[in-house]
Amino acid sequence: MSPTQIAALAAGGAGLVVLALLPFYIDAYYLSLSISLLQFTVLATAWGLFSGPTRYVSLATTAFFGVGAYTVAVLGELLAWPLVLLIATAIGALMALIVGISTLRLSGLHFVIFTFGLAELVRQLVIWYEVNKTRVLGRYVFVDITQSDIYWQLLALAVAVFVIGWLIARSRLGFALRIIGEDETVAKHCGINVTLAKVTLFTISAVFITLVGAIMAPRWTYIEPSIAFNPTISFQVVIMALLGGAHRLWGPAVGSIPLTLLFEFLSTRFPATSTLIIGIVFLLIVYALPSGVVGLWERVSRRKPEPPVAPQVQA
Amino acid sequence: MTAASPAPVLEVSGLTRAFGGLVAVNAIDLAVQTGQIVGLLGPNGSGKTTALNLMSGVLRPDSGSIRFAGQAIEGLPAHRIARLGLARTFQLVRVLNGMSCAENVKAGLAFHRPPLSRGEIDESVDRLLRRVGLANRGGLPASGLTYIDCKRLELARALALKPRLLLLDEWLAGLNPSELLIGIELIRSLKDEGLSILLVEHVMDAIRSLCDRCVVMNSGRRIAEGRPDEVLADPAVIEAYLGVSTDA
Ligand SMILES: Nc1ncnc2c1ncn2[C@@H]1O[C@H](COP(=O)(O)OP(=O)(O)OP(=O)(O)O)[C@@H](O)[C@H]1O
Ligand SMILES: [Mg+2]
Repeated sequence: MSPTQIAALAAGGAGLVVLALLPFYIDAYYLSLSISLLQFTVLATAWGLFSGPTRYVSLATTAFFGVGAYTVAVLGELLAWPLVLLIATAIGALMALIVGISTLRLSGLHFVIFTFGLAELVRQLVIWYEVNKTRVLGRYVFVDITQSDIYWQLLALAVAVFVIGWLIARSRLGFALRIIGEDETVAKHCGINVTLAKVTLFTISAVFITLVGAIMAPRWTYIEPSIAFNPTISFQVVIMALLGGAHRLWGPAVGSIPLTLLFEFLSTRFPATSTLIIGIVFLLIVYALPSGVVGLWERVSRRKPEPPVAPQVQA
Repeated sequence: MTAASPAPVLEVSGLTRAFGGLVAVNAIDLAVQTGQIVGLLGPNGSGKTTALNLMSGVLRPDSGSIRFAGQAIEGLPAHRIARLGLARTFQLVRVLNGMSCAENVKAGLAFHRPPLSRGEIDESVDRLLRRVGLANRGGLPASGLTYIDCKRLELARALALKPRLLLLDEWLAGLNPSELLIGIELIRSLKDEGLSILLVEHVMDAIRSLCDRCVVMNSGRRIAEGRPDEVLADPAVIEAYLGVSTDA
């Protein structure tokens, strides 16, 4: 490892320690804000893991998030917490496999519409089940988990999503996905099983999103389908990832932090018009920054003469 | 190496594919013997590219069979066919513009079965770039290449699959006269190394000097087959070229 890499690793480690100790020093309001920031950072990064290289825009975020939350609502009281998370992982993975295998042959536009429909379908299924079988629409989430516990779990999940994203980017799978993003026909003719690569990554991405939903569930003491399967989350995550730049692992995080703060501010100050403002922000991003802040920054820094170093393995 | 054993590396029979009412490829028979260059000719729209797409797995045939190296490959997905050692270039050149030249070649090396080692890949990238005349260009972005260099890079990526058969779709089109000579020599040197090639081409000089045999298509059908000089003198071929469209 080069000295700069060691320095970066040390700085990252120190930053992580500071973040881990944060709940001891901040009040409930800031803890809640930090949870939102972490939540959207993991969601946007996990979304970018799949959608960045493949350029498929998924609006299924809320479907997986909601399934994670409902797993906790149903099983949280009955089983040990790690087991609940494990089951949520399995359900999320299974659902992603089914959805992936049946949709990733579709064109990009059909995929967007399908994933949006999927979220709605899952929500309606849950409503139907609750109304007809359990005869209650909402559920109380009885688990012994504090806000600080939620924060720490999300922090661990954030570390995991970055480590796994980094490993994928360096792997053959990551290289395959970059080729698929550039030209799917060429990818196939290089011997890449395009469907398998896409389904694998979609599943990894979906598992993280499902786990965020599961970890966040105890934040609400009471959940119902409209809370767990809130379509706004899907759109917010897309906007964040696009603002930051989904073609780089750390791009979505660059977008998630300012936009979480903005959305938080808007929903308290202008609750009625916040959706409209989100829509406008979205259009501005797509027109002004097609490859996000990270893409802009890379273009600006490329104009300067480049230092003569060997090219690094690209993310 | 080049001692041409009579076993065909590619054997196509009765290959058919329609788009709606248009039968783009109609009962085509064709064989490429090991170590040979076979030309696939025909006026614009006669179905040459569609035939290649059927062989490389972009499209599924409606009927007919394709045997490659003794194995039936019709209807297999493209990635499986590529892994068996059938490589191609595209009529509209396809280069991965967001990547460096070296990465473009690496794309053809990274997904071998069994996988190559990192060292083998790096060594092969350099060798292949040199092979097509792009030595020391590995670090450059592919988006900055000239047209002929894009074609070279695409060929290097195809060769990276270690193919037994190479399908070239008008690889020489659009080159100026001096580039054309370089291109023809490059293809000839591939044949000298024992590679079998199916060549879709309009450039008559290239066809005459490179091909062992030719198949001529018109409106999806095979209208002639034989040595290049025979086929090009065939009245049916001359009529097809002059009658259907004025061809470059
Ligand atoms: N995907 C497709 N859908 C519908 N029609 C198609 C498709 N691909 C090709 N065709 C039609 O099939 C016919 C044969 O096309 P093809 O591209 O195979 O010809 P070609 O011999 O390669 O011509 P050229 O010399 O111009 O490259 C044409 O009429 C074309 O319009
Ligand atoms: Mg063609």
